[in-house]
Amino acid sequence: MHSLKDKIAVIAQLQQDILLLEGFKPPANGIGVDVGLEPIKDAFPNAVFPTAAVHEFLSTSIEQGAATAGFVGGILGKLMQQEGVCIWISSTQMLFPPALKTFGIAPHRIIFIKLNRERDILWAMEEALKCEKLAAVVAELQEINLTASRRLQLAVEKSRVTGFILRHQPRSLGNTSCVSRWRITPISSSLDDDMPGVGFPRWKVELLKIRNGRPGTWQMEWSAKQFHIISERRAAPLQELLLKRG
Amino acid sequence: MQRFVSIWFKHLTTDWFTLRRPDLRDIAFVLAAPQHGRMVVTAANPIAEAQGITEGMVVADARAIFPSLEVLDDKPELTIALLRLLAEWCLRYTPISAIDPSDGLVLNSSGCTHLWGGEEPYLKEILVRLRNKGYHARAAMADTIGTAWAVARFGQVKAIIPPGEQATALLPLPPAALRIEPAMVQRLHKLGLYRIGHIINMPQSVLRRRFGPDLLLRLSQALGKEEEALEPIRPVLPYQERLPCLEPIVTATGLEIALKKLLDVLCLRLQQEGKGLRAAAFMGYRVDGKLERIEIGTNRASHHSEHIFKLFEQKIAQIEPALGIELFILEADKVEELSPLQETLWAENGGLGATEVAELLDRLAGKWGENCIHRYLPAEHYWPERSIKRASSLLEKPGIPWRTARPRPIRLLAKPEAITVTAPIPDYPPMLFRYQGKLHPIKKADGPERIAHEWWLEGGEHRDYYEVEDEEGQRYWLFRSGHYDAEKNNKWFIHGFFA
Repeated sequence: MHSLKDKIAVIAQLQQDILLLEGFKPPANGIGVDVGLEPIKDAFPNAVFPTAAVHEFLSTSIEQGAATAGFVGGILGKLMQQEGVCIWISSTQMLFPPALKTFGIAPHRIIFIKLNRERDILWAMEEALKCEKLAAVVAELQEINLTASRRLQLAVEKSRVTGFILRHQPRSLGNTSCVSRWRITPISSSLDDDMPGVGFPRWKVELLKIRNGRPGTWQMEWSAKQFHIISERRAAPLQELLLKRG
Repeated sequence: MQRFVSIWFKHLTTDWFTLRRPDLRDIAFVLAAPQHGRMVVTAANPIAEAQGITEGMVVADARAIFPSLEVLDDKPELTIALLRLLAEWCLRYTPISAIDPSDGLVLNSSGCTHLWGGEEPYLKEILVRLRNKGYHARAAMADTIGTAWAVARFGQVKAIIPPGEQATALLPLPPAALRIEPAMVQRLHKLGLYRIGHIINMPQSVLRRRFGPDLLLRLSQALGKEEEALEPIRPVLPYQERLPCLEPIVTATGLEIALKKLLDVLCLRLQQEGKGLRAAAFMGYRVDGKLERIEIGTNRASHHSEHIFKLFEQKIAQIEPALGIELFILEADKVEELSPLQETLWAENGGLGATEVAELLDRLAGKWGENCIHRYLPAEHYWPERSIKRASSLLEKPGIPWRTARPRPIRLLAKPEAITVTAPIPDYPPMLFRYQGKLHPIKKADGPERIAHEWWLEGGEHRDYYEVEDEEGQRYWLFRSGHYDAEKNNKWFIHGFFA
């Protein structure tokens, strides 16, 4: 007769098998690429941020778009270690390269591709994702359908490149074969001891969907070239102070 | 036994001018070039020569002799270029053809003449062809270069000297036929030696003492006692491959197969020579006589046939085979040296130097043009619009480090957009601003950071930048243009969005 422990082991094994079938290979040496998202690793399958996959980011306003670019920049900075090269495909040149340095990226190692039509962007992204020597590919798109996203998924499974799709004001969300769906919203920053001025970038990070993981919402801050989760405790005294003053 | 043909073009440059301008055929003209401040005749055509105009004459003197003389500017280097072309043309008669400056060619025709049915038809064929083209040419054949040279220029009786009879052929010729310097010819003439026959039997020691070793060398070269080396021209084989087809090709698959075959051959050759192509063209000659052509270019020299095929593949649809293509030509227009050592180094690093990345960019550039690809480097300017510059090549490294001292927005508007603000105190950040119809009350702000125009580049108001955060936590980069002034309403702009 099987004990409960055995059953748990069997189920864990089966889950691993499913992950493998879905293209999630466990990191070869036990350690995945560290993208700096340690604080929320429990949300991810195998407790590792899925590289060699395509991630989808949603934004509705320009401000959200900027926050998304910042968040993706933080991940890219870690992916682009050791002379990595990233390709950033978009229809408008709005990214300001000098700002990327704050997110740990050497801006001259990003190659920008400016294309006007959505289908051209998709084509370029697929071609770029097939290139193994790239660290990551980012595309700013509005719409992507299931077929297109599947093609991208097939490309990354072969080349092990990480892809990011930044969707600005998508008309329909629909189903995609992207591994995750995020929404990053800026929230008000704060400085220690209630000092005046603007603090480090802070975002509400919503992981809306993640295949084989646990979606969730966190408040994060980018400081000292790292992601930090803002603990509620740290924010609380400030609120009280404000209340007292008010 | 060797056989040599020497061809002499008596009026090489003037013949060429006549070919280009048929109206010169029946008039006397000379080519002239400035020399020591005077125009000196460098070549005269046969009609002018008949009037007594010779090379080296001053143009004014020539005009005095023949007033209606046409004078054209000589082109320097023309002679050598023409001779080179003619030598290449002569490769059809012999594999070894050399230039003989300044007015002839030397062909080593050993073992070639039987293909034309003997020496006489061989020489005749060359001369007839050259004369039909419009060149005044004389030629002679002999066992040695020296004798052939002499007979071509000074021979009177026959052009073909039978093997071993150089001495007899040379006897009646003047000493100038020995390819010696004019000064020496004059000295020989002064001494009454007008024929080679006069000197050929003199003791060698006497000739050496009087005229130096040069004359003896030339004499023994002409007689075949001394070997003479020939420097044959080596035509550069164009990087071109041809593929004729038995049946006209109509389908795209057929085109691809043809392209692949040609590429494999061309890339193998490039690889063996350590070269790579930067630009190539694929051409198809259609049955109806039209030419179809597609071109590609690469970021870095490459002889990777699969990669080049991919570049062409994007453009194959542009070829319209119509009734079919019967001949394919692949041509590498631009070929560069490729260092294999460097290639392996790059492959290890990955990064911007990786061949795969360059190839990917080639494909993108092939589809949408070079202009869609940008890469930025820091520039030594504070003015935000000028603080980055386009990188000129894939491997260009930043000359200065990226600045991180001041905050910069991650999204920058291409052009600052005007906003309406409420700013309570001079030089303070605004309390609220309205952008695209939405009101943003400002909770936190940093600044100002004053950035002035670089007056040596452009004039205008300076900007006072503020980093502000509104109620919802959204962060903006705003600036006021110029100093605060209560009377004239200051213009405020939004320029970027922080992460």
